[in-house]
Amino acid sequence: MQIDLRTVSIKPIRHTFDNIARRIGADKPASRYQEGTLDMQQTANFHYRPTWDPEHDIYDASRTAIKMADWYAFKDPRQFYYGAYTMARAKQQDTAEANFDFVENRGLAATLPQSVRDTALKLLVPLRHVAWGSNMNNASVCAYSYGTGFSQPHIYHSMDQLGIAQYLTRVGLLLGDVASLDEGKRAWMEDDAWQGLRRYVEDSFVVKDPVELFVVQNAVLDGLMYPLVYETIVDDVLASQGGTAVAMLTQFMTDWFAETKKWVDATVKTAAAESADNKAIMTKWLTEWRDRAAAALLPVARIALGDRTDEVMDDVVQQFNARMAKAGVAI
Amino acid sequence: MDMTVAKKKLGLKERYAVMTRGLDWTPSYQKMEDIYPYIAYEGIKIHDWDKWEDPFRLTMDAYWKYQAEKERKLYSVLDAYTQNNGHLNVTDARYLNTVKLFLSGISPLEYVAHRGFAHAGRQFPGPGPRVACLMQSVDEIRHAQTQVHAVSNYNKYYNGMHDFHHAHDRVWFLSVPKSFFDDAITAGPFEFMVSIGFSFEYVLTNLLFVPFVSGAAYNGDMAAMTFGFSAQSDEARHMTLGLEVIKFILEQDPDNVPIVQRWIDKWTWRGYRVLTLVAMMMDYMLPKRTMSWKESWEIYFEENGGALFKDLARYGITMPKCAEHIALEKDHLSHQAWSTFYNYGAASNFHTWMPDEDEMAWLSSKYPNSFDKHYRPRYEFWREQAAKGNRFYNKTLPMLCQTCQIPMIFTEPGDPTKICYREVDYKNEKYHFCSDHCKEIFEHEPEKYVQAWLPVHQIYQGNCFPEGTDPTVEGFDPLAAVLKYYHLEHGRDNLDFEGSEDQKNFAEWRGQATKNV
Repeated sequence: MQIDLRTVSIKPIRHTFDNIARRIGADKPASRYQEGTLDMQQTANFHYRPTWDPEHDIYDASRTAIKMADWYAFKDPRQFYYGAYTMARAKQQDTAEANFDFVENRGLAATLPQSVRDTALKLLVPLRHVAWGSNMNNASVCAYSYGTGFSQPHIYHSMDQLGIAQYLTRVGLLLGDVASLDEGKRAWMEDDAWQGLRRYVEDSFVVKDPVELFVVQNAVLDGLMYPLVYETIVDDVLASQGGTAVAMLTQFMTDWFAETKKWVDATVKTAAAESADNKAIMTKWLTEWRDRAAAALLPVARIALGDRTDEVMDDVVQQFNARMAKAGVAI
Repeated sequence: MDMTVAKKKLGLKERYAVMTRGLDWTPSYQKMEDIYPYIAYEGIKIHDWDKWEDPFRLTMDAYWKYQAEKERKLYSVLDAYTQNNGHLNVTDARYLNTVKLFLSGISPLEYVAHRGFAHAGRQFPGPGPRVACLMQSVDEIRHAQTQVHAVSNYNKYYNGMHDFHHAHDRVWFLSVPKSFFDDAITAGPFEFMVSIGFSFEYVLTNLLFVPFVSGAAYNGDMAAMTFGFSAQSDEARHMTLGLEVIKFILEQDPDNVPIVQRWIDKWTWRGYRVLTLVAMMMDYMLPKRTMSWKESWEIYFEENGGALFKDLARYGITMPKCAEHIALEKDHLSHQAWSTFYNYGAASNFHTWMPDEDEMAWLSSKYPNSFDKHYRPRYEFWREQAAKGNRFYNKTLPMLCQTCQIPMIFTEPGDPTKICYREVDYKNEKYHFCSDHCKEIFEHEPEKYVQAWLPVHQIYQGNCFPEGTDPTVEGFDPLAAVLKYYHLEHGRDNLDFEGSEDQKNFAEWRGQATKNV
């Protein structure tokens, strides 16, 4: 049964803004993602050139080698505008909080086998710094890329990475203490195992092309590191050694990667599908940076995987290649 | 075993420090100056980034939680307001023109602030300012979007808002707010922080954002009021950040003081010129007034700002010298602005009108020193002319100030009968200014301000007609062509409120919603 509640109905004279109607092909009701995203960035009649980059306009598509007829071809499959984004994250944060409480209240950290706890600390704590680097890189892409369809997800990604750095800090504090954080930073700065990765991250800081930086950070580095560290090492290897509690503490990262890779894949796909030139550039970036990232992650993986490292790393790279092939870039 | 030793609980401050401060490191594979290339050229000296005090100590988990809660509430109110035809509850349809002004003039600036803070956050090497800037960056995209979403339903029923992004980049008077933010984001990262973080968010926010939100509350606009109140706690954070920025920079090195003073002088004036639009909104466009522009300036700048600058005196910062000039203008600003918009009502994306008798009386009482003497006679004349069918539309384009881009409408400080003109010769060109302050800003950075995209110059150069327009054909109507370029529909989006489609529809719909026809 349906009840018929009546309201005073007034016929609107239009259904959305003209720019939205032009883009979706008709004057019909538009979503909040569309009205909050399309054409939000100014495009014409800029008054002054940036004193910090006089070669370019304030927003300038020529900051990247990737060429698009329309930068709003980039769409976020999650349809994140700020409200949808924060509500999604608040929900995940609730789960993460419950997991931390569960592990803490039952004293599960103390029941972890010593070797698992040591491995988790040795592996996860230095990753705080990698997440911090990603926070900075994603801010960079947001600031210097063109069109809100492309730039907007990067500010959310940037804040996510700050959140991840903070969750990793809490893991360090729960499994260890402040000294564990200091030790993680020392290893990050000095230990051979981490120097390849630190070099990769520092080199990414000077990448000026915003789409390349998206590839370097979000497609390649995270595309290899998250399956390796969270899906394989934490969820499989450590869990099988009695470390399920660690997996609970990093569930946010596992879920986050599963969600965000849909957007990353869509972005790679859209850029590559635009033209043969774009595809060639994306292929080059993805291949070169993948090789560097895989090499940099190898000694890090060895912390937890020992003899199995090469085999697991090969798997992770194969999976990544398959993912990119699905997005239209064979590497 | 070490596990049996009770762990030391971290205090809030220590906990926040390990959550942010411990995350960065000194790079060794790339040089600092290559990673942070924009940090030195403004001449600001920072010796210790760790001296930055985080005013909020907000971690991301808490941020998501609070903000999501606010978003849920905001969108529920917006949905209910829409479902209930809330737009028919505003005081009178003239109010909607404030919404048009806000959406096309202010909301796009929130977006620029979003990108600007992402840029500043990326460029500052210290983790404290980075986190603060990035949180503000994501807040600003919130504000841009919630404003668009709140106004979306008005656009379905009223004119003037339907292509506001397009308008913002083109319509003549919108170059005033646009060039203000373009100026800020093209400055170095420190100047950006002083211009937007301090001058705009801290010193002027009560004069800009607040009057719109209070105006919404007074005029039954629950949509704009709700996003305004929802943004209030964000704004409070941004204001605190703005003040922290100034104190941090000033404490780092005495050489920073004169640079910062120059920026404060410049941005207070630049901001004040943008407030011209707010002044006329407060005194003329709100059917139910919250307070006069003059009262607002006296409370929020002269009193509150006065206290602020007293507080900053210990760093060697003094009250911007333009404050004296502004005090002389406060009896005139809104009237001169509204007269101008009344003149150019054929080329704007909102309606204009002459105040009615009650409103004239209100203006007389709020402006006893100026209104009856200088402005009432002018209005009475225009009103008489309109009644005779001669509603005055000025079709001659005005000369614009090279810096603030407002038409040269302002009078000499202290003499409301004489228009104020200043000029500068630079590289064989003549540049015009509305005031000594705009002139000085130009003279300090002429290479920047000669780039200004001045709408009137652009129209005269033929750059503001739709592609393919031939201005040499007989009977060419330049205004019609410019309106097409603006995507404004003549007779619907522009002209007098009296007789407008908005006026007619609102009356009809309100009748439909409240009477049994």
